[in-house]
Amino acid sequence: MNAPDTLLPLLPTSRVLTRDGVFTDDPWPLRATDARSDGSDSIDRIDDSEPALLPLAAYLAQPQPAVHGLWLAPDDDPALLATQLAGHLASVPLIAIQFPRVADGRGYSLAHLVRRLGYAGDLRAIGEVLVDQLFMMKRVGFSSFALRADQHDDDALAALRRYDDAYQAAFDQPLPAYRRGRRVQGASR
Amino acid sequence: MYRYDALDRRLVDQRVAEYRDQLGRFLAGRLSEDEFRPLRLRNGLYIQRHAPMLRIAVPYGLLSAAQLRKLAHIARRYDRGYGHLTTRQNIQFNWVKLEDTADILAELAQVEMHAIQTSGNCVRNITSDEFAGIAPDEIIDPRPFCELLRQWSTFHPEFNWLPRKFKIAINGAREDRAAVAFHDIGLHLVRGVNGEPGFRVLVGGGMGRTPVVGSVIREFLPWRQLLAYVESILRVYNLHGRRDNIYKARIKILVRALGVEAFAQQVEADFTHGADGPALITDEEFARVQAHFAPPPYAALDDVPLPGGEPGFLRWAARNVKPHRVPGYRAVVLSLKPTGVAPGDITDRQLDLVADLAERFGFGEVRVSHEQNLILPDVRVDQLPALWQQAKATGLATPNIGLLTDIIACPGGDFCSLANAKSIPLAEAIQRRFDDLDYLHDLGEININISGCMNSCGHHHVGHIGILGVDKDGDEWYQVSIGGADGSAAAGGRNAIGRMIGPSFAQEQVADVVARLIDTYVALRHADERFIDTVERVGLVPFKENVYRHVQPPQRAQREAAGVNAGVSAEQRKHQHELT
Repeated sequence: MNAPDTLLPLLPTSRVLTRDGVFTDDPWPLRATDARSDGSDSIDRIDDSEPALLPLAAYLAQPQPAVHGLWLAPDDDPALLATQLAGHLASVPLIAIQFPRVADGRGYSLAHLVRRLGYAGDLRAIGEVLVDQLFMMKRVGFSSFALRADQHDDDALAALRRYDDAYQAAFDQPLPAYRRGRRVQGASR
Repeated sequence: MYRYDALDRRLVDQRVAEYRDQLGRFLAGRLSEDEFRPLRLRNGLYIQRHAPMLRIAVPYGLLSAAQLRKLAHIARRYDRGYGHLTTRQNIQFNWVKLEDTADILAELAQVEMHAIQTSGNCVRNITSDEFAGIAPDEIIDPRPFCELLRQWSTFHPEFNWLPRKFKIAINGAREDRAAVAFHDIGLHLVRGVNGEPGFRVLVGGGMGRTPVVGSVIREFLPWRQLLAYVESILRVYNLHGRRDNIYKARIKILVRALGVEAFAQQVEADFTHGADGPALITDEEFARVQAHFAPPPYAALDDVPLPGGEPGFLRWAARNVKPHRVPGYRAVVLSLKPTGVAPGDITDRQLDLVADLAERFGFGEVRVSHEQNLILPDVRVDQLPALWQQAKATGLATPNIGLLTDIIACPGGDFCSLANAKSIPLAEAIQRRFDDLDYLHDLGEININISGCMNSCGHHHVGHIGILGVDKDGDEWYQVSIGGADGSAAAGGRNAIGRMIGPSFAQEQVADVVARLIDTYVALRHADERFIDTVERVGLVPFKENVYRHVQPPQRAQREAAGVNAGVSAEQRKHQHELT
């Protein structure tokens, strides 16, 4: 497993961009707990009056349905999602997947798995979220983005609109291009 | 070959616009160097020793005459008049200007080309058999599957930030001409019990620091499920591949850590979700793509033998002319390995001339081989002498395909910022040592592969003779291995990682070492036995003993005292290039 220090530089971001290109204010404080590592500690001290994002182990230890959201890190065990989280997915208000580094692409597959399990709520990218990642994040199923604070709004909106089509099936387009009507040869630019 | 439809064109155009915007933000200081790097890499742009290098995708090695002319234009307008063909069937330009790169990509888009995913930790150019569609030993044409995989992997949103680069090869013939066992995913097209096409799937092969022969994880995958299954392999790798150490991040390390069976089980478990899903290839889509690879309008000819001629022609025909499945036709390999030119380098004039040859002696198509040569796939037998004359006049008819001087080499330390060693002058020294054509032909098929560093772009691990540049305290040294085999017929169909013969050598000794290896072979060979077969039969020891009896690796201290020169400088090499 990766070192936990990858979790530290993250600041809670209240301003988010939705997949539809709307900036909105939606604060969810992150509640780091010791429960991330052993699932045992700190859990009953979490205050339900203030909704927060909880790490997977702490989240699973809460009485369900919880008011809290789920905070997934790239090294969370994908097998746990299917075995322990699947039953709770209908009631989770928000799932946030953290990107500790741009180059760490596990979050894209985690997003795919969460959507494949049937999660239909808000799925948020947090951490090192830069404008040039937005299009692919949207494709795999993210519905909102807590962009790093230095990113420009115009660049973000342009990035969401950069491509108007794609070859593969993904969450935003469940059919590959070849199952969406005939592809016609020779149509020119 | 595949021609773009409106969707293909739009996506490439939108990619150019995206890159132009990213480049603009970088030049304006709004993207840091660290942030821009992975973005430019995914568009083929490296920052090299002297200038940026742009690697352009040649999907599974296919080029049209129009594309060749565009590459010639780019070489002239934006580079210094030449390009370099790579072991992944791509072409690189080593002297582009950063500010020009968006314009170059826009020019490429005009001829249905791009540099998408030619670098970076994502799925790279799919490689295949350079004789696909024309080889007499072909079982199933791999090209439609290559194209389907190309489209599937292009901008795949889940797999753009993998732990490390990812290489896929497909072979569809009895002979493995794609080194399938040395890829992250290797695919052999085979027929199932009822004759239906499918794939034998290998994972975890590769070269680099830890060379591994790939392992079979599926004996038979029905062709329709290709994309869904590859997606499951990539998902397991993306989630579980190591990201803490760049040298342990390739899929081969994950496969080894989990064990092949456990890895296969994880893939199959994920695959239960996709096996019947939308990623199944439809009949209609397969037919659409396959139609692009329909045979060209061949003339109905008798299968005539090769015409006679002068000795030079006969020698060329013996080495550079390859069989064809259509009577009266042959494939011709244009050698990019004349002595004195960096292996795989081609000038703008040659690119234009090859485009002309492709139209005059064929149907306007050319292939790039992973051995860094070009192939005219459809030449009429009766036109071979005329083609030979023209190829000879442009320096493309060196009769050495498969021979010792047909050296595979990366650009090396003259250009690449990663390389420890200068592979190009080394190749030249070896070629100069073996300048007797009759002797070369007598020696037969010997692959010498040279890599400037452990990244193994020159595929030294599978060279019958492999040479690797290593850095020791700032000095260049060369490790020599023998017995590498890439699965091709010239390697007896074997897959093997070459074994090092002993301590490494100084640059100026390497040609001597090769000469001693060859002497050993000549002394020990049975009639008609290839070098690689002699190595297999007698083992490493006789070669090693003969080499070290005659060539002593210098002690480092002596070497330093002697102030050994690193060889011809890059500036000198560039100058030579401009003269040729």
